[in-house]
Amino acid sequence: MNYADLFRVTLPEMALEITSVLVLFVDLAFLRKAALQTRVMSAVLLGVIGCGAALIALPLHAFGGLTYPGSVDVVLSAGGYTAIAQIGILGLTALTLLLLVGSDFTQHVGEYVAVVLMAATGGLLISAAQDLLVIFVGLELLSLGLYVLTAFAKRSGKSAEAAIKYYLFGGMSAAFLLFGFSYLYGLSGSTNLHRMLLGLYRPHAAEMAPLLYVALVMIAAGLGFKVAAVPFHLWAPDTYEGAPAPAAAFIASVSKVASFALLIGISTAAWHVFDGLGGRVSVSVGFHMQPMSVYLGFRNAWQEILILLALASMVLGNLAALAQSSVRRLLAYSAISHAGYILLGLAFFSYSSQSAQAILYYILTYGLTTIGAFGAVAVVERAGGGDRMDAFLGLVKRNRLLAMVMMVLFLSLAGIPPLVGFWAKFNLFAAILRVYPVGAGLGLVVLAVAMSAVSLYYYLQVLKRVFVMPAVDETPMKANPVTMGVLVVIALAVVILGCLPGLLQSWMAGFYAGM
Amino acid sequence: MLAWTIYISFAGALVLALLPKGSATLARWFALAVSVTGFAIGVAGFVQAAGQGRVVLVDVPWVASMGIRFTLAADGISRVLVLLTGLAAVAGVLFSWNIEVRTNEFFAFFLALIGGVYGVFLSFDLFLLFVFYEIAIVPKYFLIAIWGSTRREYAAMKLALYSFVGSAMVLIGLLAAYAISGSHSTGLVALANANFPVSFQMWAFPLVFVGFGILAGLWPFHTWAPTGHVAAPTAASMLLAGVVMKLGAYGCLRVAIGLFPHGMDPWGWSFAGIGSWRDVFALLAVIGIVYGALVALAQTDFKFVIGYSSVSHMGFVLLGLVTLKQIGVTGAVLQMFSHGVIAGLLFAIVGRIVYERTHTRQLAELEKMHLGKRMPFAAWAFVIAGMASMGLPGFSGFVAELQVLVGAWIAKPWWTAAAGIGIVVGVAYTWRALQKAFFSDRLPTPDEHPKTGWPKFEAITWPEIAGTALLMAATLIVGVYPRVLLDSIEPAVKALLAGGMQ
Repeated sequence: MNYADLFRVTLPEMALEITSVLVLFVDLAFLRKAALQTRVMSAVLLGVIGCGAALIALPLHAFGGLTYPGSVDVVLSAGGYTAIAQIGILGLTALTLLLLVGSDFTQHVGEYVAVVLMAATGGLLISAAQDLLVIFVGLELLSLGLYVLTAFAKRSGKSAEAAIKYYLFGGMSAAFLLFGFSYLYGLSGSTNLHRMLLGLYRPHAAEMAPLLYVALVMIAAGLGFKVAAVPFHLWAPDTYEGAPAPAAAFIASVSKVASFALLIGISTAAWHVFDGLGGRVSVSVGFHMQPMSVYLGFRNAWQEILILLALASMVLGNLAALAQSSVRRLLAYSAISHAGYILLGLAFFSYSSQSAQAILYYILTYGLTTIGAFGAVAVVERAGGGDRMDAFLGLVKRNRLLAMVMMVLFLSLAGIPPLVGFWAKFNLFAAILRVYPVGAGLGLVVLAVAMSAVSLYYYLQVLKRVFVMPAVDETPMKANPVTMGVLVVIALAVVILGCLPGLLQSWMAGFYAGM
Repeated sequence: MLAWTIYISFAGALVLALLPKGSATLARWFALAVSVTGFAIGVAGFVQAAGQGRVVLVDVPWVASMGIRFTLAADGISRVLVLLTGLAAVAGVLFSWNIEVRTNEFFAFFLALIGGVYGVFLSFDLFLLFVFYEIAIVPKYFLIAIWGSTRREYAAMKLALYSFVGSAMVLIGLLAAYAISGSHSTGLVALANANFPVSFQMWAFPLVFVGFGILAGLWPFHTWAPTGHVAAPTAASMLLAGVVMKLGAYGCLRVAIGLFPHGMDPWGWSFAGIGSWRDVFALLAVIGIVYGALVALAQTDFKFVIGYSSVSHMGFVLLGLVTLKQIGVTGAVLQMFSHGVIAGLLFAIVGRIVYERTHTRQLAELEKMHLGKRMPFAAWAFVIAGMASMGLPGFSGFVAELQVLVGAWIAKPWWTAAAGIGIVVGVAYTWRALQKAFFSDRLPTPDEHPKTGWPKFEAITWPEIAGTALLMAATLIVGVYPRVLLDSIEPAVKALLAGGMQ
């Protein structure tokens, strides 16, 4: 293994990095004197091309992943959930870049696009990482990018405030994460995910090391922060509110996809821990067996923690969203509640790829929808309204197309069929119940369904202003054609994927077919 | 062929949503054309399939990996309810002829709702049924919130949340049934043959029954209905009472009773005569009948009288369903049709013909207006509709309620006795409203009486006459010759009660 191998294996990441440097170079060297929108256009175009190049490079390295020199341990995985998440990250990154067109919150367009691409690189890394060190490096690469992006609207005090809050919380949670990782290394003697999990195996509860719990709580704090799970969610409303819209869309979609891909990686490794030992020990979590008692060590403690996070996120996220008067904060709390549903799927994971696919389906479609939602908010903000609910009054009279797009997106977030958000929920809950049809699994699914009934109220509060209540100002609202195009494409995708849910499912199943 | 009712309704909704603003007349005629076509297809499908059992219309894989199929089929019950939906849609468009604000959006939401309703009645895949059931929620919200009256935003949100909570309960039942059956299918027939464990049915049945029952006006979850009906624009009230409440009752029959029949087995112990979920729901239905009627008797708002009468009449449907007797369930299905037509007619008279001219619905104010002389068409129409609503022989309500009561008598005689009280009170509130609104002999005080005589009301328009005639004809035909529907309903009910839905 040499650097040429490393280069080949990380080809998509390299494509993004090269593009980010190229974007900076083009912007600084050739376009210094050009008009702002020209620079935005060229930077966005380059960025999207970079994402496309990475997408093309993706299948070229998919031959089982990168391994340590002289060892069989995988450092970066490929195929399966990794491939799906990476394609999702690249696609969603391109969409968030397109939202930049027409915005004027910054003069430093080249830097913005470069940072987005670097953060996306971090996302690609953590959705493939199988080693604690790579996970940490990738996470930091992603997080540092996000802090910078949050602060990018230099003329806005809110942006700076949000960024400093986000940064302080983030730094602290990274410290927790690293601390937890160090305990895991100490307990198991390896930084490789699979070796570590195997090293933590104990046949009896009495032999469990108490330190493991400490380590897992620390890690939950670190990763819970990334996915904005209660009680590590405090940064989310402020960041969603303060960050410039394209950056907020990036944080709400790409960063979530990457972080959940990482969690899927951890869960997959935990549920497949004995696979490497030759004959499969029967740990498949069937209906009749008691899955908990089979493998003590990492998994059941991790499951308990995830359940607690999911429970708190679903309840608090939905209830807090009821009281919001800012649409961005509302989206933040709704993101917290959606994270809660997904964490439930991670807690009740399946040995087969069913859970992983259901979670990816959920997070990818959620990311798509939420980019659209932030795009719509951005259009209203640019028309001078801000993000208060009342800025949306009578939108149907001011821009009918935008109003229809918002109806599709918000109803999809609420989980109304036949939109894609409903299928995501159904898929996820069905995956949980397939494995745990009684007891805690069923009870928590009941709670999740009940909570999603609550969520309809606050999504309808927004739509009520858009469609029902009279407009204060009936002047037509102009929107940038590129932004509108992106929004319409997203809305159509939400409808089409919702009417034909099999499309995305069979596409995903294709990545698992060879495994 | 019946499947096209769904497609053309949704296509019509889409076209109307994309129609440029300011073409109100075009939108009206287009919506009428779509709904008449839907009705015509419904009638043709009904006639064509006479004497046949379940006919599969479409059956293609939808989500192959989860065993979900796009299965549309129709048995006798479905065909009757499709017929009702067609009637209600045509009448609803006719009585919305005067909508001037955002006309094309109104009819777009209206047709989307109708499409969802057709879909529910024709789905034979539980999943598909649920999807259509939820599609119907959103248009209701906007129809009431945008074009409604009295406390419309409150009523619309209440209706939407009640519906959504109900459908969340159904969703839990659906997910659990899907997980437990292990048959990798959500087809209604497959699930009906899945032999669910009795312990599972014992909790799934009440969950799903209440979930659907919320929309059917099951007491004490009925409170969305009066406020929703009153706030809704006329066409939406007609649809709410006419078909949307039937969605709930249909779900109770097709899903709760069809899939989880053992959920109604005796518990093995009883308290005050209540020994099974069946008794519980029969009691709630009877309370709904009597309570709805008594509350209707005390209303001061004309439309609230009709709103509460709907709760009372839907009580008969639910009571008929839980009798689990051939005659009782047949009566319940016929009552769904009958109430759909009669409630539509009553709401049309009160909300459109009377209110649009008098601009009040308060009985105390209507009393002074001598509507019996000044608006003879409305008065006579209400007399006929009121007689139908009371359940006088010759109208569809009579046949339906009689069958329900006979079924209830066979099951438990005291149910019939209690429901009988509801009928008597039903006569009383209808009579009271009729008398106060149209035939009061209270003389106006001199300052109420305009010096120059009463101003003329606007003439009755042709859409109003056409809509009234359509609905009246439907209730009379079924009342005089109920076999026209019963021949279709009876075999389907027999098959459903026999289990397995074959």
